[in-house]
Order: sequence, then C-alpha cells, then structure tokens
Amino acid sequence: MNVITNNKWIGQRTIRPDGVDKVTGRAAFAADTTMPGMIWGKILRSPHPHARIKSIDTSKALALPGVKAVVTARDIVDFPVDKSVMLGIQDMRWMCRNVMAREKALFPGHPVAAVAATTEAIAAKACELIEVDYEVLPWAIEIDDALKADAPILHEFNKFEGKPSNIAGKLEVKKGDIAQGFKEAEVVIERTFTTRPVHQGYIEPHACLISVAADNKTTIWSSSQGQFMVRAMTSYLTGIPQSDIRAIPAEIGGGFGGKTIVYLEPLATLLAKKSGRPVKMVMTREEVMRATGPTSGSKSTVKIGAKKDGTIVAAQGTFYLQAGALPGSPIRGAVGCSFSPYDIPNVLSVGYDVLSNRSKVAAYRAPGAPIGAFAVECVMDELASALKMDPLELRLKNAARQGTKAAHGPVFPRIGYVETLEAAKAHPHYAAPLGKLQGRGVASGFWFNAGGESSAQVNITEDGNVVVTTGHPDIGGSRAAIANVCAELLGIDYRRVSVLIGDTATVGFSNLTGGSRVLFASAMVVTQSTEKVITTLRERAAKIWEIDPEAVKWENGAAHPASPNAGQFEPLTLAELAAKAPQMGGPIGAGVQLNTEGAEGGFGTHICDVEVDVELGIVRVIRYTAVQDVGRAVHPGYVEGQMQGGVAQGIGWALNEEYIYNRDGKVDNPGFLDYRMPVCSDLPMLDTVMVQVPNPKHPQGVKGVGEVPLVPVMAAVANAVHNALGKRFYSLPMSPPKVLATLEAEG
Amino acid sequence: MAKLHVSTTINGEPMEFLCEPNDTMLDALRGPLGLTGSKEGCASGDCGACSILLDDRLVCSCLMLSAEAQGHEIRTIEGMAHGEKLHPLQQKFLEMAALQCGICTSGMLVASDALLKKNPQPSEEEVRFWLAGNLCRCTGYDKIVRAVLETAQDMREARN
Repeated sequence: MNVITNNKWIGQRTIRPDGVDKVTGRAAFAADTTMPGMIWGKILRSPHPHARIKSIDTSKALALPGVKAVVTARDIVDFPVDKSVMLGIQDMRWMCRNVMAREKALFPGHPVAAVAATTEAIAAKACELIEVDYEVLPWAIEIDDALKADAPILHEFNKFEGKPSNIAGKLEVKKGDIAQGFKEAEVVIERTFTTRPVHQGYIEPHACLISVAADNKTTIWSSSQGQFMVRAMTSYLTGIPQSDIRAIPAEIGGGFGGKTIVYLEPLATLLAKKSGRPVKMVMTREEVMRATGPTSGSKSTVKIGAKKDGTIVAAQGTFYLQAGALPGSPIRGAVGCSFSPYDIPNVLSVGYDVLSNRSKVAAYRAPGAPIGAFAVECVMDELASALKMDPLELRLKNAARQGTKAAHGPVFPRIGYVETLEAAKAHPHYAAPLGKLQGRGVASGFWFNAGGESSAQVNITEDGNVVVTTGHPDIGGSRAAIANVCAELLGIDYRRVSVLIGDTATVGFSNLTGGSRVLFASAMVVTQSTEKVITTLRERAAKIWEIDPEAVKWENGAAHPASPNAGQFEPLTLAELAAKAPQMGGPIGAGVQLNTEGAEGGFGTHICDVEVDVELGIVRVIRYTAVQDVGRAVHPGYVEGQMQGGVAQGIGWALNEEYIYNRDGKVDNPGFLDYRMPVCSDLPMLDTVMVQVPNPKHPQGVKGVGEVPLVPVMAAVANAVHNALGKRFYSLPMSPPKVLATLEAEG
Repeated sequence: MAKLHVSTTINGEPMEFLCEPNDTMLDALRGPLGLTGSKEGCASGDCGACSILLDDRLVCSCLMLSAEAQGHEIRTIEGMAHGEKLHPLQQKFLEMAALQCGICTSGMLVASDALLKKNPQPSEEEVRFWLAGNLCRCTGYDKIVRAVLETAQDMREARN
C-alpha cells in the first residue's frame, strides 16, 4: 500500500499533540520534577587528563551532616576489559568505565565519585572533602599526539597489530581493485583534512530523578533518546534486574545523538539505593561540555581519480576519528557513507578508532558521515574544477542510482539522489548572481537510515477517540506525524488522536530514537496496529448488521456496507461502535511489535552562499538551500525543521565550534559564551526543497530525514569559501582567527 | 544564615517566597514558586532559556538574584496565555512548527513578546538580533523568525 495521493492528514501541517504544553511552559523536562523526600546528587570529577587512581577516601564526606550516600567505581558492576558485553552499539566494558573512572581517570571531568546530600550545597561541599590520591600520567589529546611512537598509552590492554596502542579499531570497506582504478585515472586529486570535535549542543543539560525502594523497585525519570536504553544500561551497571526498573521518559530538550547513552542514571540509582531517598541529579553546562559527547575530531585523507570526461574510476579514503578516552568512534559512518552518493567501480575506505584523553564521544547526527563527507565533497569540488566541470554536473555524471552497488555493501533500490541534484541545478539559487567577496559551494551527503525494533499500542476510548502509545522519545515532532498517520487510516480528524510516549512498563520494547529511524519504524507499527483496530471495527459492524465482515468497508471514520449487495445499513461511526463495545466483545485496541526492515538510505544536496569579511575574518552564510530526498513528508513542517536544524549545526561545525584546550590538557571554553554555536543573527533563512521519492518498503513511503541534512554542510560552506576567496581551507572550523591568519599569510 | 523573605508580583499575582541571598531568580521560580516553565540551559546568561520580564524589561532570570524581585513585577511563560486563550505568538509557534524539542521555547516566546511590545513592526534583522541571546539548537531559527514576523503582522492588522 502506498498512501501518497488524496490524503487528508498525511502531508498536512497539523498542530503537534504536545504543542500547547510546550508553548505554555507546562511540558515536564528532565529537571522539572520533584519527589517527596528528594535529595541531591553531585559528582566529583577528575581534574587531570590522565591519572591512575591509587585510593579514594570518602570518610570525611560521609561524616558531613546532611550527606546520605557516596558511591565510587566499587559500587558499579565491573565489566572486565577482556570480555565484550554489547548493548546495541555500546560495549558495557566502556560504559562502566565512562560513568565512573575505575583504574584510571582518563579525561578532565571524568567522574571519580558521587555524593547525595540533603541540599545541592552540602553535596558540593562533600565532593570537596573526598580525598583522591592520583598518580598523574602523561596524556595525549590530539590524534597526532596519540599516534606517536612514544605516545602515552591510555589502555595497556588495547593492542593494535600486536602492540599496546591508542588505535582501538580498524574498519575497511573495499570494492573492485583500487590500484588498477587509479592506473586508469587521468586526473587524481588527493588531500588531507582535519575537523575538530564538536558538541551536540542540546540546550537541556542531562538530568534525572530516581527512587529505589527497599525491594529494589526502581523508578527513573530522565530525559534520553531511549527509555529502554536507560533501563538496560542502568540494569547492567547497577545489577538491578530490568523487570524492577521503570524508566519514564521526560520530554527531551534536544539530543542529536548525545542522549543515546547514560551518564547520571546509574549513579543516581546507586545513591538512591544506598540512601533510601529519591535522588535528583542535574548537570551544569560546564559538566555537559567537559564530560559528555561530543563527536570525534578527525584527520582524513581522500584521493579520487577520474577520466577526463569526468567518470570517476577510483576513490580512496583514510579516516582517523577520535574516540575520546574509551573505544567507539563512529568510523562506520565515515567509512561507509563518504563515497555512497557515487557509482565508483574501485573504492577503498579505511577508518581508525583513535583513543585520546578527551571525553568519550557520543553519537552526533549521522555519526561519522559528516566528517567523511567534508573530505570527499571538498575533493569533488577540486576535481570538478580540475576537469572544468560544473560541480553538480560532475556529481550527476557519477551519481548512485537504482542498482548501483554501494562500496559498503547494499545495492541501492529506487533512490532519489539524482532528483536532489537536478532540483539543486534547477533552483533559482544556483543561478543567482554573486557579489564581491561572495562565493557559492555545493555538496552532497548520504546517511544509512535505520529500522529496528519498535512497539505501539492503538486504543479506542469509550467515547470513540484514539490513544496511540509508542516507545520512542519524541525529539522533533514525531508525535505530530504519528497523529497524521493514524487519523488518515481511521478517517477521522487528527485532533481525535492523542499520541503518547509510553514508559518501559507500559509499552513494548522499542529501540532508541536515533539513526533517523523513529518515524520510519513507529509509523510502521502504528499502521499495522491501526489496521488491526479497523479489522475489529469492521467485524463489530458485521456482527451488528448480521453480515459477513468482508462485506463491510471502513471509510471516513465509519463502517459502511462494502457494496449494495451487502445490504442497506446506515453507517456505524467510530463513536457508535466504541459505545457498543462492551456488548459486542469488549474493548477495542491493538498492539504491534516488530523488528522493522526496509529503511532505505537518504541523500541530500546543498547549495551555500557565503560572504567573507576580510577585515574581521568572519565568514557569513548569506543564502542556503538544502535539497533532500525525504521519501514522504508526513508532516512537512517538522521535515523542513529537521533539514534546517541540521544545516544550522553544520554551519556551526564549519565556522566556529571547537574546544580550546589549554596546556594542562583541559578545555578552556566549557560554556555557550566561548563554545560558539550559531545564534539567530548568525544565520539567514534556510530554504528547503523536499524531493519526495517514496520508500517502496514503507506503508507511507517514509525515509529517515533527521541526519542527512548535517552531512553535506561543512563541505558546502568550505566550497563556498573557496569560491569566494580562491583559497581552500583544509581544517575546520573556518573561524575568524584562522581566516585572518590565512589571508595575512597570503598577503 | 536566615533565609530572606521576598514579596513580589508574578504574572499579576502577589507572591511571597523565602530564598538564600545567593539564589537566582531562576532558582526561586523553579524551586519554591514551582514555575518550571523557565529553563536552565547554562546558568551564565548565554542561552536565554530562562528569559523573563522584570517590570517589562527582558532579563535572564539566571543572572538576577531572587531577592531583587522584592517590590517588582515579574512575568514568566506561565503568564503569557490568558486562561485557555493562547497569546498570538504561542498560537503562531504551533501553527508554523517553530519549535522542535521545546526547551528553548519558553524563553523564545518571552523574548519575542518583549520585542513586539517595544517594536510592533520589526524587520527580519531586528528579530534576529533581538533573539540572538536565545539559543535554539533544533530549528536553525528559520521558523521562529518567520513566526515572530507573521505574528507581528497579524497583531498590527488586528489593531487596525
């Protein structure tokens, strides 16, 4: 079934179900709740980038009046380093060492102990009374420092090619014969690029409120991208069975991947268990910046070879990504996505996971893909210039299409990449004149997208309205889209559909909100649940009319005889059938749980105009158009919103965002003043073009849309800067000091 | 140390509360006053999620001591709608999808309201610079700026 045309609600800009709460201040985010008897938790963090923890003395802290509990790594379930225990893509060996330093403190800000006390002030005071005996060790922050022959080794157990190393992993993707491919090339461009780690930058700091009863029954209130992830990780790290933990998802104030792992919940759970009191923990912005996220910094070398007519014959990429202090950088995204927009016969793409004394990276919007795309799409720009081809023409000539075998494995089904290129080419933006010191750049991007496990329940209320419960935290309007889908299928006004996010005790297991999977997967389970409900409604009408259920059709919110042959009956509305439910077989509702499949990758092509202020070194984005194959825009407002938000984050990554480390190996700018994310006056309007090539494997044609829009941005901006100045930047961010230095060096 | 007793007006209602001398207005709002619509994103005046009006002046409540509320009038997001009737800015934000996660929304609305009270006909540039102290990481600001401009126009038309 492909519901594309003549829709009443799919494709409409409806009001989101959680909207009024959010514009009136009523919506409850993680830090907005309290419990009777609640006390406060605070974390003592390592001041050192790298130090062995010889001993921790908590006795003075425990003796302070008002202190109710202290926890250290000893209280957390240990996962020995020699045995991997995976939960999704996270290894509990690293999670248990990330939430609390065990053998060593691995970055400044690494938790060393946590305290719960009757007030925040007492908890903070108690942290100061904890005596930690550190043996300070040499440290490495940058990739090159971590890879030196004599680099300090973060983990002796981590071996690469037989020796202790800071390389924690390697991933290789191969297609064809790379050496032969480059032999055939007539033009070859090879360049090396660096990007800095950037934080997801969600405005809501991590927070939780947790109570643990004497029988271990645990209630977690926190904001995350997955209440089931919170439950599982907390269970692993505390030893409390999952069945005893109820994780309730608060409204989430932004995540972008950064809330796909836990930081506070296991600590607050243990503090609550020890103290017998509900414990609330809220990070400061400084803690968020020092100890959570970000995504990797990187060093990439990309080489692309083409024939003189523009046919690309070989491509090679080597991507070093910072993992932070524990393994797990998103090399899969860099290695797998970078060349996917193109049909290239010979590809070699290799990624290395590099440890260093920074906070462990967390997912950030299309993890790894924007890093790889920055390098590849800048080289594509240089290649176009060397071939004297229009950069969109070069991409069109080599574009992946239906049937193209991507280097990372799959053969693409019907995809919409070519359509994004054609739409960009035809857009008035692409032909608009440019002024002095202005430039235009284009770039493309790909993200895998994801399916996975999801559950939903659709219940008809006694008054004939609908309550839908799904298991995914709504991070950007997914409830609105779900209401559109359910209302469409039932043929009723969308305002009669309430959409809620269930907690771990009230809805079936659902994977976390990430990978651009939520609407793809939840629309699928909601569709199947609603179809089951409609089957029940038809059966009820058939029973009342004493005809065959097959002779009943559901249309415009009511049961009708399917044809004149079925008999003459007045339609039975949803409300009428709901009212008769007790006499006709009981409550009406259905749930579906699936491991969803068929999430197809997404492509986007962006056009960026910049103007460079050569006096101040400021690069200003003056016009931006993002074109994306979105499959089917179930709620266009929130699809555009995803695209615009991704672009804004990419502009920050390209132009300003970076951590400044001082000589002591600590971050000097752990706040919003100096870690400079785009503000309203930094940006122009962000135009969007939604190309809709429906996903044939989804009932509404949905493709994930959230991550693709970040992938092309840094290259689009860099290509525009090059076009404006005739000067290419190979390292991000293109911040005013760097731009000025470059311009001055050129004279 | 004894707590301070503060008498103030919040969203038109006389209110009293006790606070520590170093508590911020945001601490008082979110704590004893139970008004959690104002959010703490940074506690350093950089994100604007705690924006309130102090005697019609837009301030970050995290940068104001709660004792300073004595004898003054405070307005928060909770006072923006009139009962069931949303303020035109609130309605427009909903209609135009000018929010995603919603954590910045309270501050954005309070700041936008303050702008339109001062300047009923702002240009796009004026809206962008006025809201430059309110961080949003989800929307790229596009729909927020459009919503403020459209609301301004609607309100002007309604007055004429």
